[in-house]
Amino acid sequence: MSPDKPGVDPVTGASTTGHEWDGLTELNTPLPRWWLWLFYATIVWAIGYWIVYPAWPLIASYSHGILAWNSRAAIVTDLSDLKAQRGPLMDKLAAASLGQIIADPQLLDFARAVGKSAFAENCAACHGAGGGGAKGYPNLNDDYWLWGGKLADIEQTINHGVRSSDEQTRMGSMPAFGRDGMLKRSEISAVADYVRSLSGLPTPNANLPFGQKVFADNCAVCHGPEGKGNRELGAPNLTSGIWLYGPGNDIIMDGITNGRGAVMPAWAGRLDPTTIKALAVYVYSLGGGEK
Amino acid sequence: MYVDRHIGHEPPESLDDVPLYAARKAIYPQSVKGTYRTVRWIVLIATLGIYYLLPFVRYDRGPNAPHQAVLIDLPGRRFYFFFIEIWPQEVYYITGLLILAAVALFLMNAVAGRVWCGYLCPQTVWTDLFYAIERLIEGDRREHMRRDRAPWTLDKAGRKLVKHFLWLMVAWWTGGAWVLYFADAPTLVKQLATGQAPLIAYAWIGILTLTTYTLAGHMREQVCLYMCPWPRIQAALTDEHALNVTYRYDRGEPRGSVKKNEQLREQGLPAGDCIDCLQCVNVCPTGVDIREGASLGCIQCGLCIDACDAVMRKLGQPTRLIAYDTDANVRRRLEHKPTSIRIVRPRTLVYAGVIAIVGAIMLAALATRASVGINVIHDRNPMFVRLSDGAIRNAYTVRILNKRIEPRRFAFAADGVAGANVDIVGIATPPDGDHAIEVGPDQTREFRVLVTVPRALAQDANPIAFTVVDRNTGEAARASDHFFAP
Repeated sequence: MSPDKPGVDPVTGASTTGHEWDGLTELNTPLPRWWLWLFYATIVWAIGYWIVYPAWPLIASYSHGILAWNSRAAIVTDLSDLKAQRGPLMDKLAAASLGQIIADPQLLDFARAVGKSAFAENCAACHGAGGGGAKGYPNLNDDYWLWGGKLADIEQTINHGVRSSDEQTRMGSMPAFGRDGMLKRSEISAVADYVRSLSGLPTPNANLPFGQKVFADNCAVCHGPEGKGNRELGAPNLTSGIWLYGPGNDIIMDGITNGRGAVMPAWAGRLDPTTIKALAVYVYSLGGGEK
Repeated sequence: MYVDRHIGHEPPESLDDVPLYAARKAIYPQSVKGTYRTVRWIVLIATLGIYYLLPFVRYDRGPNAPHQAVLIDLPGRRFYFFFIEIWPQEVYYITGLLILAAVALFLMNAVAGRVWCGYLCPQTVWTDLFYAIERLIEGDRREHMRRDRAPWTLDKAGRKLVKHFLWLMVAWWTGGAWVLYFADAPTLVKQLATGQAPLIAYAWIGILTLTTYTLAGHMREQVCLYMCPWPRIQAALTDEHALNVTYRYDRGEPRGSVKKNEQLREQGLPAGDCIDCLQCVNVCPTGVDIREGASLGCIQCGLCIDACDAVMRKLGQPTRLIAYDTDANVRRRLEHKPTSIRIVRPRTLVYAGVIAIVGAIMLAALATRASVGINVIHDRNPMFVRLSDGAIRNAYTVRILNKRIEPRRFAFAADGVAGANVDIVGIATPPDGDHAIEVGPDQTREFRVLVTVPRALAQDANPIAFTVVDRNTGEAARASDHFFAP
C-alpha cells in the first residue's frame, strides 16, 4: 500500500485514509455534514454580532453596532440599579441623626457597611485597610483620640480635616523647638527623657527634674502641666502609652526639634454628607468610640 | 456513525474520491411491540411525568418558607427538596449526589451495559416521544418512507406542518416546566399566561424550546454518535461479563433466507437461525445493525430483541436470538461450555461499595446537619490594638447562621482567654455578661466582637473559642480562633 492511497481495513471493511504509522492505518470516518453547517452558522453569527455590537476599529472611532452597547453605559445602569435598590435605607440614613443610627441595629449595620466601603476607597491609603494606622497616621481602633472620639467629634474631623485648607479645620501645631532655636540640644534631650517617663518608659541616666522644668516652661501650655494633652489643640496625651510616631528617644527628640504637623484633608466637599455620616459611624464602631 | 464500507469492491483510487463530510442517513424506525418496548413506555411516562409535574407538588414548611416541594431559589440562594433545605455553602451535598450519579452509571454499565442510554437518558426519552409523534402523523416506516420519496402534495405538507407544530408544543412545554423549578410554579404559570412573568423566564423557555426541538426532533441519534462523551467512556469501562444487547451469532450464523437455510440443513451443512430479514435494523432508533456487535451507535434499548422475537415466533423458532447476554457466554456456547451470568463480580462489588459508602456519608451528614452555625474572622489589620491603659484588644467579625425557619435566640460567649471582656458593637452587654442574640428565620447575622484583655494577662497567640447556644433547644455551634498580643 502506498502511503497516500486509500485502502480497506480487513476487520471492519471500512476504507482507510492510506496514512500509515508503523503499521497502524487510519480509518476514514468523515465528519457529519451538519458539523460543516455549524461552522457556517458561526460565521453568520459573527456577522450578526458585528451588526449588533461594537466590533470594528475605524480611523477615529469604531463601529458602534445598532444596539450602541458599551461597557461604560452598562456600569452606569448597574450603579443606578444598585442606588435604587439601596434607596429606602439610604434615605433613612440621610434623615437619621448619628445618635439614631447607633441606636437602630438595622441602620447601624447598613451605615457600617456603607462606611466600610467608603473607608476602603478614601481613608485606607493613610489609615490602613482596617484603620490600624501607621507612623504619623492614627490607629482608629484604639480608645485614644487626638481630637475627640465621640460621634460628633469624628464627624467634625472627617468633614473639616486636620490642618487642612478648610475654614473650620482642626488646628494646632507642635513648634520646631530645636530648629527655631527655642531650646538647646541638652534641654531637648532632657525633656524627651521626661516625656518618656510620663508613660513609665525607662529613662537611664536622665536628669528628670531638669526635664520637668523645661517641660513646664515650654510644653505644658499645650500638653498640660501633667502632660495629659488638650484635644482643643490636638495636643497628645503624653501619659497614655500610645504613640503616633513612636516611643523611641530619638523619635521624640526629632519631634521636639523639628515640630509635628500631620495633615488630614477635609472631606466635606468631596464626599456627600450621608457617606461622611456612615464613615463616622464606621470609625466609631471600630472599637474606640467614646460615649 | 457513517462508515464508508467497501466490502466486496475496490477502495477508491485516491483520497480525493473519499468524502470529507457525510450527510446524515434518514432513519425511519418501525414501530414494534414487545417486552422492552413496554418497559420503555413505562420509563418514558414515569420520567416525563416526574419532570413535568414535580414543580406543582406542594410541601408545607411553615409560614417563613416556600411551599414548593422542589425549588431552586436563586435570589434567596436556597435549594429546597421536600424536607431538605440546602444553603449555598453546603453545595458538597450536590457533589455527593454527582459522585453517586457517576458511580451508579458505572454500576449500571457493569451489570447491563448502556441501560442509561437505552431507557433513562433525556435525549433517548424525548427522541422516543418525538418518534412516536412522527409515526402518529406521518405513519409507520414504510408509509413514511414512501411519502417522503413521493412529490410534495397538500397532504404531505399538512402532515409535516402538524408534526412540527406538535414537536414545538412538546418542546415549549419542556422549557416551560424547566423554569417552574426556579419559582413558585402556580404563580409563574399564572404570570406566564397573562404575560407578566419576568423576561428571563420567557428567555429560558425559548432557549429550551429550541434545544428540545432541535435535539429530539432533528439531531436524534447524532447526539449519541457525535456529541455525547458517554459512549466513548462506556466502551472503556465495559467488560466481557456485562449484559449487553447481543446478537447470538453462535446460533444465528451462517445467516440466510428461510428457504436457503433449510436446503443447507437438508444437505447436512451448518445453517443459522438468522433469516436476514433486517427487522432488527428497521426498528433501531439509531440505525445500527446489532449483528455487527455492540457499537458506539447502539444505545441498547432492546427494541431489536422485540422485533426479532416477533419474527422467531412466526417461524416457530425459540425467541431471544437477540438477547441481553454477554460476549463471554457467546464464546462459551461456541466451545460447548455451560454459560453463566456473573452479576456479582469484583467490578460490581467495588461500584456498589462506593455507592454504599458515599450514600452512608451523605445520609449521616444530612441526619446530623447542624441547624446553627458560627463563622469567625479575626481582624487582619490591625491584628491587635493597644489601648491607652495598656490593655490589648482583638476584634473579630462573627456571623451566626440560623438554618431553621423560625427566629431563634442564641447565647453568645467567648472562652479560653483569662480576664477577657467581650463587647459586641451595637448590642448592649447585660450585667451578667451573657449576650443574647436574635437571628431571623433562615437567616444569618453578622456583628463585630471586641475582646479586651488587661495588659498583665495578655499572652500572645492564646486560643479562643466562640460559642452560640440556642436558648430553647440547647443546640450549640463553636468556632476556634486566636487572641493575639504584642
